[in-house]
Amino acid sequence: MADWVEACGVDDVEEEDVIRFDHGGRTFAIYRSPDDEYFATDGYCTHEKAHLADGLVMDDIIECPKHNGRFNYKTGAAKGAPVCVNLATYPVKVEAGKVMVQIG
Amino acid sequence: MAKKRDYSLVGESTRIAIETGLASAEWYHTDVARKAMKELMQRSDGPAIRDTIIWIVAILGSAAGIIWFWGTWWVVPFLLVYGVLYGSSSDSRWHECGHGTAFRTRWMNDVVYQIASFMLMRNPVTWRWSHARHHTDTIIVGRDAEIAVMRPPDLLRAALAFTGILDFRYSLPTLVRNAFGGISPDERSFIPEMELRKVVTAARWHIAIYVAAMALALYLWSLLPLVLIGLPRLYGSWHMVLTGLLQHIGLADNVTDHRLNTRTVYMNPISRFIYWNMNYHVEHHMFPMVPYHALPRLHELIKHDLPEPNPSMWHAYREVWPVLIKQFQYEDYFLKRELPPTARPYREEFHALAVPAAE
Repeated sequence: MADWVEACGVDDVEEEDVIRFDHGGRTFAIYRSPDDEYFATDGYCTHEKAHLADGLVMDDIIECPKHNGRFNYKTGAAKGAPVCVNLATYPVKVEAGKVMVQIG
Repeated sequence: MAKKRDYSLVGESTRIAIETGLASAEWYHTDVARKAMKELMQRSDGPAIRDTIIWIVAILGSAAGIIWFWGTWWVVPFLLVYGVLYGSSSDSRWHECGHGTAFRTRWMNDVVYQIASFMLMRNPVTWRWSHARHHTDTIIVGRDAEIAVMRPPDLLRAALAFTGILDFRYSLPTLVRNAFGGISPDERSFIPEMELRKVVTAARWHIAIYVAAMALALYLWSLLPLVLIGLPRLYGSWHMVLTGLLQHIGLADNVTDHRLNTRTVYMNPISRFIYWNMNYHVEHHMFPMVPYHALPRLHELIKHDLPEPNPSMWHAYREVWPVLIKQFQYEDYFLKRELPPTARPYREEFHALAVPAAE
């Protein structure tokens, strides 16, 4: 059973934005949607090693800062060149003002 | 004697770039607060819709002038305007829409990208991938597919580029080859397997339009259709070359700091419209997420950390000319531009310089 890990406080990430979260030698991206929901994906773009947390969140899209590759951060779906491989997503819940991520 | 550079994307330089970690390396970035960067990255349809309406109206207007005055000398000014809009400004539209930053709305970027790719005789699939590589490995020999002036510089080739002949001679046969399913080893080195089919399909569409334009020219027994479709790539690409050559010419290669291999040049407002602010080229390479209309603001924010921009194109060409001449003898020679005292210094340990650079 995968562990739930505290990633950040609910106010650490602004609405329609993303922050980086490192854990166990891995890097993740934690998103807060315009609807005030939280999501988590792998932290690196699947195209090249760039931190998605430096990218731009627009609605349900995260755009990579390096080549503007776009993913739906809710589903992980790659939205076209130069990204062809989907992004891994992770379950998220909010408990006592903390954003928790279930890391497999 | 330094070893000759091998600009093939599957050769000796490629192997060295990968082995030494120059390929897909971490690059220097000026520190910008997340809040400020978020504001700069924000997308908006407004500026690009405005500019695109002006662009389309100017293209259609000048095309109408060509048709109207065809056969008289009055056609010349219309050819000049149409040629530059078709053969040069399409490059910046291709570029910005390829990045997906010009418009906020995705399909608008895609439509303008496809139109501009056609105008440039560029396979829209191939060039999307080659440009991604150019941003990953900017002026890394053996990796970057978009190095305009290689070393030692071929000045005849650079001069001919202003006429568009070389590009034309390369682009059209490439489209024909792609249309018949031919993908070169270099193309395969940066285009994923799953995208290769799209390369062929896109090329077939382009060729079909050119065949239709040629058929119309034959039917009308007039050059006019080709003067409007295809040939502007010859007579109108000079402005694209004039501005585009300055992006990296004469500067360092095989470094991981855009301040060393990329140039920002102040330009007049007409050239900036044609070029969609790509004169702020260090800024663009450092932060490709920032739309063209926000580049002047980004420039103001980070200029303390960048070399002084060239005040004009003329100044930039005058500065680089002696460097190119010297590169005939010393291929490793390059122009190393001074940083202001407010800048973080170059990390020389990452940029071991075999031959003294021009200061």
